[in-house]
Amino acid sequence: MNRILNIVERHTHHGSKRRHGTNMAIMRKSKQFRWQHKHLIGLRDLTAEEINYILDTAQGFEQVSTRSVKKAPPLRGKVVVNLFFEDSTRTRNSFALAASRLSADTIEFTKKSSAVSKGETLLDTARNLEAMGIDIVVIRHNAAGAPKLLSKNINACVVNAGDGYCEHPTQALLDVYTIRQMKGSLEGLKVAIVGDIAHSRVARSDMWAMTKLGAEVTFVAPPTLMPGNVDQLPVRVSYSLDEVIEKVDVVNMLRIQFERLGGNPFPSIREYSRYFGLTVERMKRAKSDIVVMHPGPINRGLEMESEVADGKNSVILQQVKNGLAVRMAVLFLVNQAAAQTTA
Amino acid sequence: MEIILDGEQIEETLRSLAETIAADAAGANDLTIIGVRSRGEILAQRLAGHLSQQFGHAVPCGTLDITLYRDDLNSPRGIGQPQVRTTEIGFDIGDKTVILVDDVLYTGRSARAAMAALIDLGRPKAIRLAVLVERAGREVPIQADYVGHRAEVQPGQSVQVSLIESDGKNEVVVG
Repeated sequence: MNRILNIVERHTHHGSKRRHGTNMAIMRKSKQFRWQHKHLIGLRDLTAEEINYILDTAQGFEQVSTRSVKKAPPLRGKVVVNLFFEDSTRTRNSFALAASRLSADTIEFTKKSSAVSKGETLLDTARNLEAMGIDIVVIRHNAAGAPKLLSKNINACVVNAGDGYCEHPTQALLDVYTIRQMKGSLEGLKVAIVGDIAHSRVARSDMWAMTKLGAEVTFVAPPTLMPGNVDQLPVRVSYSLDEVIEKVDVVNMLRIQFERLGGNPFPSIREYSRYFGLTVERMKRAKSDIVVMHPGPINRGLEMESEVADGKNSVILQQVKNGLAVRMAVLFLVNQAAAQTTA
Repeated sequence: MEIILDGEQIEETLRSLAETIAADAAGANDLTIIGVRSRGEILAQRLAGHLSQQFGHAVPCGTLDITLYRDDLNSPRGIGQPQVRTTEIGFDIGDKTVILVDDVLYTGRSARAAMAALIDLGRPKAIRLAVLVERAGREVPIQADYVGHRAEVQPGQSVQVSLIESDGKNEVVVG
């Protein structure tokens, strides 16, 4: 009898007792919690509870992508616009796929192919789109604050897909989702974010998300790539990767964004990669279970050697996969908040 | 508040449900049990336990989250904000007989959502609905194949199922 029950249990739990445990916890918690935001502008404004709620929700969306019908109906009849004023492949495709897996219709709107190149302002563009009856705008813009401005001027939900050097909330959410998957929780973890911090909205959003969830974040960069106000941020600062590599549980290697770098922030590419690149040699001194992340696209051999990018500690492709579930969760939640505020 | 089933009676009801289901299955080994989150999940596990005992082999059991298939998601008068949780079905439902398990059959809308969710996972040979408690008040043309207990409930009254795993006690209350 006992033996049979055990078999039943294994079938039921997918072999994962811990996961089941979290679900029960959610069940009790969810009675009080209510997601209220019809816009996702930045993680700086969210509480740890709200961030965890997005991650818990994302967990439920993972299986939509693995089954025979890779689609669920919650955004049926809604229209999502991808309003991208900056180049992007990964994030734009990820949002488009997330929207279509939720059964929304999508419109792609890029700077080059639109009236923006004829001088139309951001708000005019958005209001014109809104006149067509759109429900959610996913916006990427080179000006920090553009998503916030938009959210104050239109009725549709606004989701920030990257604004200037300010925030890229869904990237940070998928980063913490991936870490939580690997380590169970962020509480007490040491995380190094390495590279061009000054020009990185990913580093900023990561910092807010990770510190709120209890991790200790260190920015690692040459002084020329460190933000000017770094002493006012809730992070430690290091100018040497060698100093921190042995101590950290997670290392997030940022891309050197040649398109954003003016002047000569470092003497040569080879010198940068010698001091700040994640090499096979450096990995030997790291913890054996260190989690290696990169927001992509990778400059192989610059931030990271190929063997490390493709190595056993790398979760880079897992990040991309999780990005889809996290973006589905975000689109779902902002729409829920909107549905409940408009009678 | 009136207790219509206590812990003992819930177990007895499940045992007799399992017997009826087993008799109908007549030894067929394509039977699978899927519970609707959250209390249907627990009832499904208990039911699968009874059935495994009767058949002498493990009956596959899984959990379905129907949040994404609810028909009131975009309605401001909906039940509030349901949390999306995971669907955990570790077997292929294609060509299987699925016993869909829920705690209470009332409006029938959850059962409709559950069927829509199931069909996106594959094409079962048959879907049968088993509920612990049935009450009047259907809003869609759906009925259960296996009913544990038919409750006399006035409109405006509710049926609350508590199970030890989620609520710390086993009982069904009308109030």
